[in-house]
Formats: sequence, structure tokens, C-alpha cells
Amino acid sequence: MNDYRYDNRTVQGFILSAIAWGVVGILVGLLISIQLWAPAANFAPYLTYGRLRPVHTNGLAFGLGAGVIFGLSYYIVMRLSGRPLVFPRLARVQLWIFNVAIAAAAVSLMMGYTQSNEYAELEWPLDIGVVILWVMFAVNVFATISKRKDEQMYVSLWYIIATVVAIAVLYVVNNLSIPAGWMKSYHLFAGVNSANVEWWYGHNAVGFLFTTPFLAMFFYFMPKALNLPLYSHRLSILAFWSLVFGYLWTGAHHLVYTPLPDWLQTLGIVFTLFLIAPSWSSVINGYYTVGADWSKMKTNYLTKFFIMAITFYGLQTVQGPTQGLRVVSQLIHYTDWVPGHVHMGTMGWVTLTACASIYYVIPKINGTAIYSERIANIHFWLVMVGQLLFSVTMWITGIQQGAMWKATNADGTLKYTFVETLTKNYPYWHTRTLAGIIFTAGMLFFVYNVLMTIRQGRARAAASPAAA
Amino acid sequence: MAGEIYRKPITLALMATVAILVGSIVTMAYPMLRADMHPKLETLRPFTPLQLAGRDIYQREGCVGCHTQTIRPLASEVARYGDYSKAGEFAYDHPFLWGSKRTGPDLAREGGLRPDGWHYQHYANPQQMAAKSNMPSYGWLKGRPLDPVEVAAHLNALGMVHPELKADPAAVKAALAGKDELDALVAYTQQLGHAVQRRQGGSANLDLENPLARDTQAIVAGKKLFTENCAACHGDEAQGTDGVAPSLIDDVFLGAKGDLPDGAYFAMIDGGSDAKPIAGRTGDPGGGMDAYGKTGQLKKDEIWSIIAWLRNQKGHEAAEGHDMPEAEKKP
Ligand code: HEC
Ligand code: HEC
Ligand code: HEM
Repeated sequence: MNDYRYDNRTVQGFILSAIAWGVVGILVGLLISIQLWAPAANFAPYLTYGRLRPVHTNGLAFGLGAGVIFGLSYYIVMRLSGRPLVFPRLARVQLWIFNVAIAAAAVSLMMGYTQSNEYAELEWPLDIGVVILWVMFAVNVFATISKRKDEQMYVSLWYIIATVVAIAVLYVVNNLSIPAGWMKSYHLFAGVNSANVEWWYGHNAVGFLFTTPFLAMFFYFMPKALNLPLYSHRLSILAFWSLVFGYLWTGAHHLVYTPLPDWLQTLGIVFTLFLIAPSWSSVINGYYTVGADWSKMKTNYLTKFFIMAITFYGLQTVQGPTQGLRVVSQLIHYTDWVPGHVHMGTMGWVTLTACASIYYVIPKINGTAIYSERIANIHFWLVMVGQLLFSVTMWITGIQQGAMWKATNADGTLKYTFVETLTKNYPYWHTRTLAGIIFTAGMLFFVYNVLMTIRQGRARAAASPAAA
Repeated sequence: MAGEIYRKPITLALMATVAILVGSIVTMAYPMLRADMHPKLETLRPFTPLQLAGRDIYQREGCVGCHTQTIRPLASEVARYGDYSKAGEFAYDHPFLWGSKRTGPDLAREGGLRPDGWHYQHYANPQQMAAKSNMPSYGWLKGRPLDPVEVAAHLNALGMVHPELKADPAAVKAALAGKDELDALVAYTQQLGHAVQRRQGGSANLDLENPLARDTQAIVAGKKLFTENCAACHGDEAQGTDGVAPSLIDDVFLGAKGDLPDGAYFAMIDGGSDAKPIAGRTGDPGGGMDAYGKTGQLKKDEIWSIIAWLRNQKGHEAAEGHDMPEAEKKP
């Protein structure tokens, strides 16, 4: 067995970089959660809430998210193609550019260089960097898949292919802008049109950055780790095509009751409801795959990671369409409900899937077993408690906020001033920080476990030189 | 046959692209060709150099992470913030700054809601204006210079799509002379929502009489309410604060000589600066008085109590001879 030919060093490089950026992003998350109840924790100009919030979101979406996507997609592509990357040096260079770009992104956001569009904050020179990275990724993915050994492509490869093309289209169109200086540009689109393009992009960043690549990981690593065959190929086909077709119509559910033309809002809401179909096809496929042998819950520590990840995906994709409805949007839009929703997806679905996949890959490419299942279990329970506490408190405070904003007296005057509604959030915001600390502690156990596993693999390789 | 595509990566990629493009074209690209995506109100004015510089700062500081700039057509929202947002108000917004989270209040109709002086104090120290606020302080913007060359470049970049924004550097330099970043931010804040009247005038009646006039209990209560709600701007004794809010015990009402009856006081406190047309006077063109009744901050009898106290206060001041305008001393 000679694993080295699979460019494992590149895969591991992306994984470790992603983890490092993940830790940075989460610590920034903790800081902004504190700033929301302790304004004295703002340190102008670089470390204020307004500038740091995008550092948190971009750090995790592009640092942790894209890093994991690059590394694990390469792993999946190589294994499913039965060959190493066609351009291994290109992938090494990509890894370096990736780290430089994320560092530059974080610094530039702290310096206040931003386009102000959510998840598209980075200014145009960095956008060019992102496009170059993506092209490098696409070249290696397509070249390697084209030279695969198996005729048939497994579902994970479809999702990776869809991710590559969709992100390319979305990113380029929404970042079209009028440059006005070295680090300053204005969205090419104005007002209502700008809003429509941005949320077409914004919602699909969720779809093609936080969903399709993670479905690729889920449906590759879950059956592998549990040694169970995928339940249904047909459900995969249904889920894939309905997702790829349906997602792009739904951006307007972020703009309900804004000046966006009504017909666009309604169209967006209708397709938002339709998204339950692809999402739950995947959920059912996941459950039934494990359903072939539920005893794995006891015998394999990774089972609970995968099952809870797909469960949160399922909950997220019921909550999402519900939020799109006008009556619900009225109440919860603009409130803390939304971060509650977002973090069930990012901490529950995305991060759990990524961690479980990494727990599978790292021992595999280091020729060893996981350093400690016990630590993995502690990690699991801490992030579970942290995430649930975070989401549940934000849902409660969001509903309370929305209800107080809407409350009127019989004569149509308002019951509460804005500051009264703000004040009621503080206890929940304190709890959110506590939840964040618990989640962070869990993630630090994860990091430790990964690093110790790598060390253990090295020690083992050194002990038996034949394997080197 | 259908299974074939799962063997051909390029075919699969092309088919996925087609699937992605259908929704993108219908909901994103096609609407761009329609007029309803490019509306512009006649009353919408392009940004001045100072206002655009302020907007750049608003972007730079990520205010959009805590503040929205779009009011939904919901009764409670219109009552809180003013008339709902119109598509034609945002023609110069590259990008839109509607936001997605209201940690702070919506700012779509912030322009004219409060006087300049209030914003300077609030930006320097938000907790001074609202003790429980979590808004960071932006006092450090004071004294930071604006770069006219940069602002001109920004105007000219936008000028590529809005020729009326094109500006020559000398004019920009003149417009920014003596101004700092905080001035720019306040100028931007004060033009927000200018294209639409914040509130419809309503039906106030200047002949309303104060049911609580000279009621001693009401006067005591009014004093307390005034200290809590109004003194920050109008001063402890309602004597006014320079550059922030006018005196309420002199003979000038809304910038013009001659006091007005209690009904006008009620209209101003109930409906704020938007009620000025009813009072028939222009007052401070910048506006700045909030609609305490219409936004539910004060009930009707609370407003009348304050007016009772103000009238009482006015009597005191007159007796002590403070601030007596000539016109009133003569008879
Ligand atoms: C951490 C969230 C946060 C950030 C960041 C923030 N604000 Fe605020 N802002 C608030 C809150 C909460 C209030 C309401 C309490 C108050 O008046 O301070 C507020 C109030 C305001 C008001 C007064 C609204 C009224 O009552 O009329 C203005 C104007 C304002 N902010 C502008 C800004 C600008 C401009 C920026 C960026 C430079 C900014 N804010 C950044 C939270 C924030
Ligand atoms: C944020 C600062 C601020 C606060 C707080 C405030 N006002 Fe005002 N007020 C103003 C300004 C500015 C004007 C001038 C408005 C204009 O001309 O459009 C004004 C005008 C008025 C007027 C019209 C009188 C005149 O001479 O112009 C009355 C009456 C009044 N305020 C009463 C009150 C009362 C009562 C309260 C408390 C419930 C209050 N104000 C709170 C800023 C404030
Ligand atoms: C310690 C853990 C974390 C803490 C304390 C935290 C805290 C926060 C806070 C305070 C916000 C701003 C909410 C607001 O606008 O009111 C936020 C937003 C966000 N976070 Fe986190 N976060 C954490 C982990 C994560 C992770 C792991 C991810 C992704 C993998 C993530 C992704 C996001 C995203 C996408 C948003 C934007 C949400 C929106 O637009 O409404 N966060 N987070």
C-alpha cells in the first residue's frame, strides 16, 4: 500500500490550514458576541464589531469552509478516480496562495476595505485572487476526474462538479463592480437590482459552499467510515438535480417585504418551499444508509457525528423554507432568530460533517488510528451542547424581539421603544457567549486530537522505516 | 441513456450549468432588463461629495452589520420608523445597504429625525444618549481628514453610470474644506430617506385645549416626564441647548416669533418635525424632533402633562424675567 502517491501532503496541508483559520474565525466570533453586550470591548479602529463581523463570517466561510472543501474534495476526487492529482504542483501552489489570500482578506477587512455585500465583502484585488484559486481547483478536479479508472462517477463527484461551476458563475457575477481605487469599488448594480443580485449570490453561497460540497463529503465519508453501502442511488439523482435546479430561484426570500418587485418575492418563496424536496431526499438517504445497521451507533464513534450532522441539515432545511413564508418572515427577519438559524447550519451541519470527515481522513493518510476516541466523544458533546444552547437562545430572543417590535396599542401607537426591545436581548446575548465558549472548548479538543493523531502517525513511521 | 451522463464529467458539468442558469436567468438576469428594477424618484438627489464620503465611512465601519435601511410596509414598522421604503429611493446606492440584521434601529428615515448636534454627541458616545446602547463609539472619526482626491475618484467612478455625480477635483476640495470624517458621516446620516416624507401629516387640530391645564398633579408628572425624555436636548429647564434643540419657554416657536396655542405643542410632541406643516411654520430645516406620540413613547395624557408643566415653567421664567423677549415685556 503506497498512499503517498495520492498527494496526501496537499490534502493534509489544506485540512490543517482550514483548522487554523477555523480557530481564528471562532475566536473572532467569541469576541463579537462579547461586543454585543459589552461595547467597551470595541477597540477602534481595527477591532470594532462592524469591521470584525465580516472577519468572522469570511474567516469561517472561506478559511474553514473553502479550505476543507479544497482538501477533502481532492481526497475524494483522487480516491474515486483511483489516481493522484493530474497537477500536483499546481495544488501545492494553490495551498500557498490560499493561505496568503485568507490572511490578506482578514487584514483588509479589519482595515475597513469592504464591498458591504454579505459573503462578498472582499475588495476587487482579493476577488481576483479568489477567482485564480478557483480556476486552479477546477483544473485539477476536472483533469483528475477525466483520467479516472472507474467509468461510473459516484454521487460525491457530481456534487463537487456542481460546486465548481456554480460558485464560479455566482462569484463572478455578483462581484462585478466599478473600481474606484486600489481597494475600493462600487457594485455595478444599484438599489433594488443590487439587492437582487446580491441575494441571488448570497443564498447560493449557502447552497454551493455550505451544502453541495458537504453533501459530497457526507455521502463519501459516511458510508466509508461506517462500512455501509449507500441506501439509494435513485434518491441521490433526485436530490442532486432538484437541488441544482431549484436553489438559484430562491434568493428573494431574503428580501421579503423590501421594495423588490412582488412577483420576484413570490417566485422566490415558492421555490424556497420546493427546496424541502432535495434536502429531505438527502436526509432520508442518510438515515436509511445508517438504518441498515443501527448498532453502528454503539460500535463506531463517528456514527453519531454523521447522524447528527444530517439531522441538523434536515432541521435547517425545514426551518429555512418556513422562514421564507411572508407571515413568518414578518416576525423573525432582522432579529436574532437568523443567527440562531445560521449557526445550526454552520456549527451543526457544516462543522460536524467537516470534523467527522477529518477524523476519518487524518488517521488514514497517516497510517494510524485516531489518537483518542474518548477525546472525540468529549469534542462531540461539547460542540453539541454549545451549538444547541446558541441556537435555542437566539430563537427565543429573536421571537421576543420580533413580537416586541410589532406590539401596538389599541390606537395604533407602539408599545415599546427600540431601546426597550434591545435591553431584553442582553441576558440571551450573555448566554450566547457562554455557548460559544463551550463550542470553542469542544473544537480545541478536536484540534488536539487531530494534531496528536498526526504525531502518532509520524512516530509509527519512524519506528518502522520500511513504511517510509 | 440517462445513466450515460454519470460517466461523462464534461457533459454532467454542462448539464449542471444549464440547470443553474435557468433560475439565474429568470430571477436575476432577466429582471435587469425590466424598468421596475431601475426606478428613481423625482425627489431623489445625488450624493454631494461630503455625503458620499460619509457613505464610504458607513461602508468601511460595517454599520450595515447592525443597521438596516429599508422599512417594510407593516403597520408597526411604519409607526416606528415612518413611511415604508420605495424602490425609487435607492437609484444611487451601489451597493444597496438594506442590511439583514437590526441590532440597532432602521435608519432609512433617519435624515432629519434628529438635529446634527445630537448625532455628533451620539457618535462620540452612544451610551450618553441611550445608556443601554451597544453601539460602538465613533468619536475617533473626529479630526480625521478627508482626502479630496480620493473622494473625487469615487465620485467619478460612480459618474461612469450616473453622469450627474461626476465632479472636478477643485470643486470637491472646496466642498470638503474644513470637514472631517465625522462631519461626513453626519452629513450622510442626515440625507437618509430625503426623497420621501417621513410621515403623512395627519389631522392635528391646533384648537385642541389642554384637559390637564393647571392641574398640579399633572404639572409634577410633566416635569418628571420632561426630565426623562426631553431634557437631554431641550435642557433641564426647557431653556434650550445651542445647536441641539430650541428653547420651549421663549416667544419663538419653530423659528418664528410669536407663541402658538397648546394644540401646536401637542402636534409637535405627538408628530415631531413632520407635524410642522400643521403648525404652519418651517422651524429648523434639518428637523430633529421625534414623534413621541405617534411612535408610542408617550401617551396622550403624558403629552398634555408635559405641556401643562411647560406652560407653568413659562410663567415662572416670565416672572423671574429670564429670556423675556421685548415684545412680551411691553404690555
Ligand atoms: C453593535 C451594533 C451597532 C453598530 C456596529 C452600529 N450601531 Fe448605530 N445603533 C446601534 C443601537 C443598538 C442603536 C440604538 C441605541 C442608540 O441610540 O445608541 C443605534 C443607534 C444609531 C443611530 C440613532 C438612531 C435613532 O435612534 O435615531 C444612528 C444614526 C446610528 N446608530 C448610526 C450608526 C452608524 C453610522 C454606524 C457605523 C459608523 C453604527 N450606527 C454602528 C447599534 C449599532
Ligand atoms: C433629540 C433631541 C430632542 C429631544 C430628545 C426632544 N426634542 Fe423637541 N425639538 C428638537 C428639535 C431639534 C426641535 C426643532 C424641530 C424643528 O424645527 O423641526 C424641537 C422642537 C420642539 C418643539 C417645538 C417648539 C419650538 O420652539 O420649535 C416642542 C414643543 C418640543 N420640541 C417639545 C419636546 C418635548 C416635550 C420633548 C420630550 C418629550 C422633546 N421635545 C424632546 C429636539 C429634541
Ligand atoms: C464560538 C463559536 C461562534 C460564535 C460565538 C459565533 C458568533 C457569531 C455572531 C455574534 C454573529 C453575528 C450575529 C448577529 O448579526 O447578530 C455571527 C454570525 C455568523 N456566523 Fe458565527 N459564531 C460562531 C461560530 C460560527 C461557525 C463555526 C460558523 C461557520 C462555519 C459561523 C458562521 C457565521 C455566519 C455565516 C454568520 C452570519 C449570519 C448572518 O448573516 O445573519 N459562526 N456569529
